[in-house]
Amino acid sequence: MATENTQPADSKFTPFNIVTGIILVIGGILTILRFTQGIGAVTNLDNNNPWGIWIGFDLLCGVALAAGGYVTSAACYIFGFKRYHSAVRPAILTAFLGYALVVFALHYDVGRPWRLPYPIFYSQGTSSLLFEVGLCVFLYLTVLFVEFTPAAFEWLGLKKIREVVVKLTMILTIFGVILSTLHQSSLGALFMIAPSKLHPLWYSGYLHVYFFVSSMFAGMSMVIFEGTLAHRWLSHKMDDTHHHEAPGVAFGFAKAASLIMMGYLCIKIIGIAMDNNWHYLATGWGAWFLVELIGFVAFPAILYAMGSREQNMLMVRWAAVWTVLGIVLNRLNISIVAFNYHLPSADRYIPSIMEIGTSVFIVTVGIVVYRFITTRMPILYEHPDYKTH
Amino acid sequence: MAISRRKFLGGIGAALGGAAASLGTAYGASNKHFKGHPNSFGVLHDITRCIGCRKCEEACNTVNDLPKPETSFEDLSVLDSKRRTDADIYTVVNRFNTPEPVFAKKQCNHCLEPACASACFVKAFTKTKSGAVTYNEKVCVGCRYCMVACPFEIPAYEYHKALTPSVTKCTMCFPRIIEGKLPGCVEICPKEALIFGERDKLIKAAWQRIYKFPDKYTAHVYGEHEMGGTSWLYISGDEFSKVGMREDLGIKSAPELTSGALAAVPIVVGLWPVFLTGAYAISKRKEKIAQQEKDQAVAETLANAQEEAAKKLEDLREKLNQEKASAINFEVKKALEEAAKKAEEEKQAQEAQEEEEPDQADDADGEDPSKEDE
Ligand code: SF4
Ligand code: SF4
Ligand code: SF4
Repeated sequence: MATENTQPADSKFTPFNIVTGIILVIGGILTILRFTQGIGAVTNLDNNNPWGIWIGFDLLCGVALAAGGYVTSAACYIFGFKRYHSAVRPAILTAFLGYALVVFALHYDVGRPWRLPYPIFYSQGTSSLLFEVGLCVFLYLTVLFVEFTPAAFEWLGLKKIREVVVKLTMILTIFGVILSTLHQSSLGALFMIAPSKLHPLWYSGYLHVYFFVSSMFAGMSMVIFEGTLAHRWLSHKMDDTHHHEAPGVAFGFAKAASLIMMGYLCIKIIGIAMDNNWHYLATGWGAWFLVELIGFVAFPAILYAMGSREQNMLMVRWAAVWTVLGIVLNRLNISIVAFNYHLPSADRYIPSIMEIGTSVFIVTVGIVVYRFITTRMPILYEHPDYKTH
Repeated sequence: MAISRRKFLGGIGAALGGAAASLGTAYGASNKHFKGHPNSFGVLHDITRCIGCRKCEEACNTVNDLPKPETSFEDLSVLDSKRRTDADIYTVVNRFNTPEPVFAKKQCNHCLEPACASACFVKAFTKTKSGAVTYNEKVCVGCRYCMVACPFEIPAYEYHKALTPSVTKCTMCFPRIIEGKLPGCVEICPKEALIFGERDKLIKAAWQRIYKFPDKYTAHVYGEHEMGGTSWLYISGDEFSKVGMREDLGIKSAPELTSGALAAVPIVVGLWPVFLTGAYAISKRKEKIAQQEKDQAVAETLANAQEEAAKKLEDLREKLNQEKASAINFEVKKALEEAAKKAEEEKQAQEAQEEEEPDQADDADGEDPSKEDE
């Protein structure tokens, strides 16, 4: 299943293609192992640590970093920041791919992936936050797919049906924001059921709020970060509008992100005060917590603020990368590092090399598909026949 | 897996329509405390009586048809290390040195409001009327959220089955108790360290023992309130934290822990569209106003431009006229000046002629004023 993509667009032996090819082959082997020998054969998961990096990284980080889709389309279509228009399509595409990859990754993680539709169509466990996540991700993936189709229709030259979809933009955007709010927050709320396992500094009755708020700046940072990468590698695919608007988008998001990050910092501190967890700050866990909060939230927030004030693109880009890393750190802390903090170190989870390999493989599949689509469909430029929308 | 059409459609209906409504009203999110089904069963484990013979482990293995372990159940050396439940071990006995050796059995506690059931997104767990929490392998997707959720770290997973892995845990011998039999472990226990009965009565019995022998027991029935209460209850001589049981779990049940987040769902579903449409309307209106202002500005500039143009034209015309006039004036002036000059010249010529008889003229000029003065 994995080797289909071994010949990327150019089908030449560039270093990129060779590395990609190797990763995809290894991924294929891991896939076979996983589905013939079981989860236990490729992962370090056990009864105490049922969730590893396939959940902590692939699911939690994947969903958070794909938030650029709803953030950008809401900014452009609902809040009327038309200068974000050229950023919408790439953001929607990344979000769609991101969610598709999340679902793809889940097929490796759950024991019986062919039953993944069960919670939605067969036996609904409505008291579960995971049910809410599942339902919203399923619906949102559908919304993103529909939002993405105009690009494909333009590529294929199907004008009429494209018109129909474009008319739905507003409804789809509102629907997307609602669904995103719900599942972004629910992902955090998943851990609210286990106060005895998650370290008190990370556990909070506000976990769902933290996850939602952080998803906003995660999404914005991802849009900036991706923009940087795309400019580096796919510049020739961009039109003048895109080139022209890109710095504006980056600075606008930089400013918004710095404000939201400051707000996030405040509610995190309020959370500590509410639960009176100050004394934990003096422990080793506290130090690690502060590294996350100061080093990876406050610091990039300041970088963003300075970058947007001085119109310094380099600073903004660094802030974006730093923020993305901070989000990854936060999600991994909650799902892995500070989870089961009470267990003796022998019982703690460390991912196996094969688990990491599988995650790398999945991200690589995403990059290959992204390249495939952006080099063909009108994503980074407007199709000449459809300029007005 | 065949899914009938009705079930399928019903499923979609429930999933979509029910997402908002039922998430909020699921019993998990209600604020009523569930006290357990009346007359439901439970087991009381008196830790002071347990001798660590592992007979219950063996019985459990037998009644549940589990694969035989490598080391026999007679081998008590396994007690040297701490164990937990595993895919084919539903119960374990651990030894704690407090400092005298004390033995405590561990298995699913059959919570009154099970975290596992609350967490499962396909409702694989059921708190039955009997008190047992049962698991339905036929719907389980294998997400293992139940394992994340269980505060007692009980459910295990068959990680090494490639295609049909399941969650496993003690069933309180549900199939046996509905037949009227005792759970396997209870039946075999040689020291009556395990007692099966109605939960309410077991709690009373437990407290009676504590009151009767206050020196022998700590005054705590573990499971009476922990995590909202459990059907499996414990009494012990030592603090429970010394025999491997967490005392910091609190008395909030799992549904209470998540009710806040679940209650946010209807609010988001209800308020977000209103807010977003509002924001959209505002931005649209702003755009409209901006557009209007722009139009107006354009119109004004246009009008101004026209006016200005007209004015300019007028100015130009005036200027031209003026210029014309001044040109004429100039010519006239020039002509006049020339005429004057000419006249002057003629005058001078005349004067020069008349110079020959200057006295006459002087006299005439000088006489008259003097005459007037006098
Ligand atoms: S002890 Fe764990 S597995 Fe057993 S009912 Fe309670 S939550 Fe579920
Ligand atoms: S692993 Fe199975 S039983 Fe446990 S929560 Fe997931 S679907 Fe439910
Ligand atoms: S009640 Fe049954 S399943 Fe549970 S530990 Fe006892 S014998 Fe095993």
